[in-house]
Amino acid sequence: MVQKIDLDHTRFRKIVRGAIRRDLKKHVANGALIARRGSKTVSIPVPQIQLPRFRFGTNQGGGVGQGDGEVGDPIDGKQQQEGQAEAGDQAGEHALEVEITLEELAQILGEELELPNIQPKGKRQVTAEVNKYSGLRRVGPASLRHIRRTFKRALKREIASGRFGRHGGVVVPVPDDMRYRSWEPKLIPQSNAVILYMMDVSGSMGDEQKEIVRIEAFWIDTWLKSQYKHIETRYIVHDAEAKEVDEHTFFHLRESGGTKISSAYDLCDQIIDGEYPPDEWNIYPLHFSDGDNWSGGDTARCLDLLRESLLPKVNVFCYGQVRSTYGSGQFKNDLDNAFAGSELVITSDIPDKDGIMDSIKQFLGTGK
Amino acid sequence: MTLTAELAELQQKVRRVAAAYGLDFFETVFEMVDWEAMNTVAAYEGFPVRYPHWRFGMSYDQISKSYSWGFSKIFELVINNDPCYAYLLQGNSLADQKLVMAHVYAHCDFFKNNLWFSPTNRRMVDELASHATRIQRHSSREGYDEVEAFLDSCLSLENLIDIYAPYATPGGRTKDRRRSRRVVRFEAKSYMDSFINPPEFIAEQRQKIEAERKRTPRFPERAERDVLYFLLEHAPLRDWQRDVIGMVREEAYYFAPQRLTKVMNEGWASFWHAKMMTEKLLEPHEFIDFAERHAGALAIQPGQLNPYKLGIELFRDIEDRWNKGRFGKEYEECDDLSVKRKWDTGLGRGRERIFEVRKIYNDVTFVDEFLTEDFCEEHKLFTYDYNPKTGRRELSGRDFREIKDRLLGQLANGGQPVIEVLDGNFRNRGELVLVHRHDGDDLDLGQARQTLQHLWRLWTRPVHVETVVDDRPRRLSYDGETHELVDL
Repeated sequence: MVQKIDLDHTRFRKIVRGAIRRDLKKHVANGALIARRGSKTVSIPVPQIQLPRFRFGTNQGGGVGQGDGEVGDPIDGKQQQEGQAEAGDQAGEHALEVEITLEELAQILGEELELPNIQPKGKRQVTAEVNKYSGLRRVGPASLRHIRRTFKRALKREIASGRFGRHGGVVVPVPDDMRYRSWEPKLIPQSNAVILYMMDVSGSMGDEQKEIVRIEAFWIDTWLKSQYKHIETRYIVHDAEAKEVDEHTFFHLRESGGTKISSAYDLCDQIIDGEYPPDEWNIYPLHFSDGDNWSGGDTARCLDLLRESLLPKVNVFCYGQVRSTYGSGQFKNDLDNAFAGSELVITSDIPDKDGIMDSIKQFLGTGK
Repeated sequence: MTLTAELAELQQKVRRVAAAYGLDFFETVFEMVDWEAMNTVAAYEGFPVRYPHWRFGMSYDQISKSYSWGFSKIFELVINNDPCYAYLLQGNSLADQKLVMAHVYAHCDFFKNNLWFSPTNRRMVDELASHATRIQRHSSREGYDEVEAFLDSCLSLENLIDIYAPYATPGGRTKDRRRSRRVVRFEAKSYMDSFINPPEFIAEQRQKIEAERKRTPRFPERAERDVLYFLLEHAPLRDWQRDVIGMVREEAYYFAPQRLTKVMNEGWASFWHAKMMTEKLLEPHEFIDFAERHAGALAIQPGQLNPYKLGIELFRDIEDRWNKGRFGKEYEECDDLSVKRKWDTGLGRGRERIFEVRKIYNDVTFVDEFLTEDFCEEHKLFTYDYNPKTGRRELSGRDFREIKDRLLGQLANGGQPVIEVLDGNFRNRGELVLVHRHDGDDLDLGQARQTLQHLWRLWTRPVHVETVVDDRPRRLSYDGETHELVDL
């Protein structure tokens, strides 16, 4: 009796997506979303979806209430706010909180950045064989008998032969009615991916730089997760020495030493060799640093490691350089010079939070 | 879904009880729906068919979200139509269904008898279905996006109607009456003529008319409160656009009385469901459940006025006062508190009086007439204000006059700012000027700016609204590209 609301609802979701896309830069730079890792949906305030009206401003509005209380008692139940109240320039914003899945958000990010769907490595694509029950046959083990189809056959036969009802409506299958499930082996392409995050935690990487890395890593992670079913993430931090850490440590640790980038690449290489055979895995090492390496000698070693050992194994190697007041930013130049023209190395300069979107685009825009 | 036999029987019982109390309602059709259908109907404001628009999808999104989080459950949904349609939620207990039915019958009585509902279309279910068809037809001809964008603009101006107009001019509006251009002379005997029609006065009138004639004609002649009507008549629109604006306006007028009588309507329904349930309908074992529901509906939260609560208490107060004769000059001028407290003339006109009240009052006149100082005190009403120092709203007083003024201010014009068309040919360049009749509260400027953009889309020439911002008269303008705020 009621018309389906689906059309209107879909239309509304589409408008929401549009609104999110317009402010995507802001949403992407919003570190708070990261706290929602692991939960299925996030709620995002989307301004200006509700139709505007001529209406009264609400902020300074008084009114009439009911209940006990003395003059001066607060009536809005909120805890006392710290410090001064916020300035009134927010008054006109009637933000609407909408729920959206992280996957959908990644999809929007992908559409906005025109990220290509990632092509899994062609010849190395792994297929798994599974049996799928998709048909029927007339012989088989009793454990696979298809009771509904069997009785359907029996009923058809009884009705066709005019015997239905003779046993008081009881249908008795004869051997000819028996039906069994049959299976077909199916090849299912299974693409696995591993992302190896490496971060420079030397003294020159400040909180702001780490925040940028954190946010960028989060979005890359979310996007790749929407592309691959099975995705693994590994975290490596390094100053003069590299070590593998868990996710939490990766995002919170602050060391203060010198910088020896090769140590991280070494460890990364070992992990790949040990656990992720390149013909079964799509491998994405991502390295973030402020580009201030220990010495020219170490840089040379890094380049060697990359050229000889890492690059042949990976889909793409990404290096993101976060700008900091202390870093010289030399490492990016060195990489660019050494691998000019190579599609396997992508470098990106991230000046500030607003640069995150562009950087993601540079990393993932190739669809590798 | 139709009702089960048990519920159908229950409906008949509730109906009989309601009629026995003197409620006079349209026949009511109850539909049993599951929660998803309920959310859908609620998103469509109670109607089974509406035109396609995303805002219904938005309310559906919010309603179903708050339902699934357990924040709220739509309890009762009834529409003003003949017959009335009401919805029962599948899976509610029998006591709940009974309560909803009782509540709904009282609403239907209110729809049928309250004068403010008298101009509304009682075939609105059909009308809205026809609107849906028409808008769908326009969509397929003009393109969905085109029609949707236009609807957005119309809907954002939806509240700019003259909600009292249907009562002033029955059967809709009349054309502007031109004032007669001749000086009126009263008939008089010749010796009386200079007294009845003094020459100075006649000369003055003549001058006035002359001045009027010389002045550039105003357009519109008088400020027009029905902005949608003005746009319908004078904006450069295509036929389908006129049709859409007309439909939006018609729906706005249909829904307006519900805003004008929110307190009364909910109060009336709550008053009767409580009476019917406790006196006639409840089984002994259902009392606790009923009490919980009833208390839930009437609960007050700090800082908010619950229309159910205010309404029911006012009706009860009126019934009590007219039963005991506690009104009129004698009662009001009585200075002796002890006499006043025991005042009871045994008048017994309470029931009769509340039926009268539900017929001829709306929220504004209802509160103005029946909210007494005693009532305020007994029900602990207070005023609150925003304190910029703490950034919070704080209780600011319990003064009766102040409370009543504020409350009336909130209810006036259905809680919407009063906005009129002042000039349709501003600067002689076909620009449109609206004026906000400022009454203490400023407009939300951010919203006003966006609304002007929508208005501009309809008018296609620069648009302005005159208002008051921070005690300074100002004009907000939009010319298709930029917004401007200038002092007047």
